[in-house]
Amino acid sequence: MMTNPVGRITQGQFSYLPDLSDAEIALQIQYGLDKGYAWSVEYTDDPHPRNTYWEMFGLPMFDLKDAAGVMLELQSCRKTFPRHYIRLMAFDSTRGVESIAMSFIVNRPDVEPGFGLTRQEAHGRTIRYTVHSYATDRPETERGIR
Amino acid sequence: MVKMVDKSADSVITDIKKRYSAGVLKYRQMGYWDAGYLPKETDTLCLFRITPQDGVDPIEAAAAVAGESSTATWTVVWTDRLTACDSYRAKAYKVEPVPNNPGQYFAWVAYDIILFEEGSIANMTASLIGNVFSFKPLKAARLEDIRIPVAYVKTFKGPPTGLIVERERLDKFGRPLLGATTKPKLGLSGRNYGRVVYEGLKGGLDFMKDDENINSQPFMHWRDRFLNVMDAVNKASAATGEVKGSYLNVTAATVEDMYERAEFARELGSVVIMVDLVVGWSTIQSMSNWCRRNDMILHMHRAGHGTYTRQKNHGVSFRVIAKWLRLAGVDHLHTGTAVGKLEGDPMTVQGYYNVCRDSYTKQDLPRGLFFDQDWADLRKVMPVASGGIHAGQMHQLLDLFGDDVVLQFGGGTIGHPAGIQAGAVANRVALEVMVKARNEGRDIRNEGPDILRQAARTCSPLQQALDTWGEISFNYASTDTSDYAVTAAAI
Repeated sequence: MMTNPVGRITQGQFSYLPDLSDAEIALQIQYGLDKGYAWSVEYTDDPHPRNTYWEMFGLPMFDLKDAAGVMLELQSCRKTFPRHYIRLMAFDSTRGVESIAMSFIVNRPDVEPGFGLTRQEAHGRTIRYTVHSYATDRPETERGIR
Repeated sequence: MVKMVDKSADSVITDIKKRYSAGVLKYRQMGYWDAGYLPKETDTLCLFRITPQDGVDPIEAAAAVAGESSTATWTVVWTDRLTACDSYRAKAYKVEPVPNNPGQYFAWVAYDIILFEEGSIANMTASLIGNVFSFKPLKAARLEDIRIPVAYVKTFKGPPTGLIVERERLDKFGRPLLGATTKPKLGLSGRNYGRVVYEGLKGGLDFMKDDENINSQPFMHWRDRFLNVMDAVNKASAATGEVKGSYLNVTAATVEDMYERAEFARELGSVVIMVDLVVGWSTIQSMSNWCRRNDMILHMHRAGHGTYTRQKNHGVSFRVIAKWLRLAGVDHLHTGTAVGKLEGDPMTVQGYYNVCRDSYTKQDLPRGLFFDQDWADLRKVMPVASGGIHAGQMHQLLDLFGDDVVLQFGGGTIGHPAGIQAGAVANRVALEVMVKARNEGRDIRNEGPDILRQAARTCSPLQQALDTWGEISFNYASTDTSDYAVTAAAI
């Protein structure tokens, strides 16, 4: 369990709110689709703040214009990885943006192991910091990653 | 609006002998006024608001502005004839009375691209806001807006990071970022200072911020501040799983000192450094280059700008400062809140935000934008709203400014009755619930207070924030509003 005020990893747009219902998630997806974004489903068991590349559950759904279709992919990912972090990401290909426009977590493990902070004392009073993911203490093959 | 007609006989002198005989001529006779001039794609265009002294003809005053901000001196010099002098003369080409402001005139002036050194704000400003602002025949002058041609824009590198890459680095998308300025401004020791930073970040803010006048005073030397702040940042990052930052102000007496401080910030792993506008254009461009080399976000605090941006009869509009800062290369820029404690008419403030974030800024007179501005793919600046704002205004802030903004609640976080973490939670919950509601299609401008009250039922920190500040507003008349003519034509 994490010690921050919401007791969990706070990445994404809505981590301080109660978990979104499927109906609420579908509304967010529709908002993105209306803006012309492409949705993608990604998962990991290592949500280190600098772990940029979560695993892709298939390619971004560039040609999918229906929130129900994205929800089906999400259900499928949840079924395959029920105890992983899963996030939905929306890609905006507009010139001058060409990046992610929305991102929020839609599945979490029952227990979120969180992170440790390792301090290496260096010269003077300088300290070098390493944020360590407790989830990665076991090898990948024992953590249900595919 | 009636266009000013040049009725006098003081038109440009075309007889070369007369033009260059020793003595004093009117500026318009010397060629600084050309009503028929058609601005080139490569010209820099400026709109000045001028208040001529009593009895000074507005067209002559406009010609004088063009002259004094380019080649003219007070008398004729024969050495002009050694040069292609017509290229170097700026040309006033239009003058109109300012609506509802007797005695004031808008003057449009065009500058050839040869006039300015490539990639140098210092050089451009030395011309455009140099001697001309002390010129006696004018009671007052203000640079209202500027169009920088694409050819000149491309000589600037712009923001070292830009708001798109900043979001990628921070892994934060689809919502405004949240910050707070560490308070009290002065007197905290490094250890106590870091405590405030830790509580704010762990509670849910993305950024904490040094104040503009926190440098290296006796109560807290800069290295102490940096060491303690970075311990707080890293600890909060581990506690939340988010990238966190605190703008480390590297402003100092010399550029060399600033490099030393920036390097220590980098060594400690900070994602962001900060400088104050008072350091000047060359230092800003130097620090921008340093940030490019060191993968650093550059936060710009506009300390001091109010001395020349606020009064609309004299100085430089902040929209011009914002354009210069985007070219000079900053990643964050304080651009006002409209609803907080500091000066700002909402439409005018939105104009500043557009200048920071647009790929192409369209002429928009009610927002004070007099020219189209093609930014030629220059990276975008993240605007920062800071100063007397609180969670109860979240719907207004999101409605006014959208997602690409840092909302900074200093007092609104640190002054929370249940503590700093609770203050941060209140702001973060208010933000997330408002983004969610907007995306769901709700009318946040009108339903905002209800949405906040509803969220507060299950979030006591938000309820306490609304109880404490819900009714606070700063409703004073703005001094700087756009006096635009409805019929004013583009360029």
